[in-house]
Amino acid sequence: MKNILILGAGTSGTMMANHLRKSLSKDQWNITIVDKEETHYYQPGFLFLPFDIYKPKQVKKSIDKFIPKGVNLVREKIDRIEKDSDQVFLQNGEIISYDILIIATGTDIAPQEIEGMQSDNWHKDVFDFYTFDGAKNLRNKLREWEGGKLVVHICEMPIKCPVAPLEFAFLADSFFINKDMRDKVDLTFVTPMDGAFTKPTATKELNHLLEEKNIKIVPNFNIEKVDNENKKIVDYGGAEVEYDLLVTVPTNMGDPMIERSGFGDDLNFVPTDKSTLQSTVKDNIFAIGDATNIPASKAGSVAHFEAEILLENILRFIDGKELKASFDGHANCFIETGHGKALLIDFNYTHEPVTGSFPLPGVGPLRLLKESRMNHFGKLAFRWIYWNMLIKGTHIPFVSSAMSTAGKDLKEEETPIL
Amino acid sequence: MMERTYAGTCVYCSDQGYLTELEQWTPEIGKEIAAEEEIEMTDKHWEVIKYLQEQCKNEVALSIRRVGKSGVVNIKEFYALFPGGPLKKASRIAGIPKPVSCI
Repeated sequence: MKNILILGAGTSGTMMANHLRKSLSKDQWNITIVDKEETHYYQPGFLFLPFDIYKPKQVKKSIDKFIPKGVNLVREKIDRIEKDSDQVFLQNGEIISYDILIIATGTDIAPQEIEGMQSDNWHKDVFDFYTFDGAKNLRNKLREWEGGKLVVHICEMPIKCPVAPLEFAFLADSFFINKDMRDKVDLTFVTPMDGAFTKPTATKELNHLLEEKNIKIVPNFNIEKVDNENKKIVDYGGAEVEYDLLVTVPTNMGDPMIERSGFGDDLNFVPTDKSTLQSTVKDNIFAIGDATNIPASKAGSVAHFEAEILLENILRFIDGKELKASFDGHANCFIETGHGKALLIDFNYTHEPVTGSFPLPGVGPLRLLKESRMNHFGKLAFRWIYWNMLIKGTHIPFVSSAMSTAGKDLKEEETPIL
Repeated sequence: MMERTYAGTCVYCSDQGYLTELEQWTPEIGKEIAAEEEIEMTDKHWEVIKYLQEQCKNEVALSIRRVGKSGVVNIKEFYALFPGGPLKKASRIAGIPKPVSCI
């Protein structure tokens, strides 16, 4: 018997467990997945939790429910990977040997990286919404908040779901209008980037939306510290932004286990080939989703497209063939813009998001990079798709892992962006 | 893509003014770009520029965090040397592409 070991039973790990169990003979391959958690969170839902759009129970289910029969789930903390002996050491002292290892340990917020962020005011007037607790505590705060300076802030890139902070700002605008108190809220979006997003055409559209919604933008802001006493954030260059309520996306880092294993970059992300998803650490170690250092968005849609590629490459690796399947960096994200509307963007390593129709060229029904109600319903429907299709590894009709340029208005964009 | 003349030499630049061919770079060109950015180069500045160029040649993605951990400067010093947008300004002076640390 041979062993495939998957570290992490989040979106990526669960998808891989489902894909692999369907593809590999039970007589030849054991599949084991390790995760210390009991709950699988629908993370895109964390955006809606603070505004009482989703209830907590809508974004959590048991991890066990999605692990297929024939896959061994080990609920334990991971201490480290010993790549030279092909073994993983758990914190209870147990050792698991593997023939093939898949690292899917994701990314987590690291507020401790910024001076003053994790003080006594953490989750009192300084919040994150990237964790279940953060989103829920922020919901309680927003229910009773009477207004003032609301600052939505990104510490440093890369972060999981780079559009989420913007969506938060848009939804906050909508939320306070509905509560009839928008005039009492001064909304500012503070980012280390040049503008609202990482890609030029989308940034133009999104900067325009910010302006339309009377949300101020402070670009090129690299935070040095949170000054809790004077309630302001301070940039390395000396610039300051005052807040009454700070909603920040802290530095995102890979699992500390990666560092303990002796590899990983400055942010504990696994060095990974951006096309094959094989790690550059060792041939039999692969990585997927937020845990990798590849230059693609850290998002569930990316993990979904990666999973189809990684499955094919692992099957080729097992057969001793050259890795062939090539990931193109495909990402597909809905951007909530408030008032029951959303934008949709579809892009990859070389093509930035543009306008057009999706997934059927010229038909849609979804519009790319334009606000519409249909896009918003697409985003809401996605929760059902996530729980019922995506993490079970079911192919989603009309949407392939390789990005399609059909139906897109590419005139303005002749040269690749990377 | 366009051509610009620095220190009497014609070089290829991106629309945003970053050199596209590092081989064309000379310290004199770097000095003139620095002047455009209103920066007067000191030994410490050049030390940072050299580090950035080495990282670029080794295809290491650059970020302010990485430069801060380089041992050459910490982040605070990096800002003091290249006020405003240190990584963008320093990359331009170093003749390497605009950093794409954001995805």
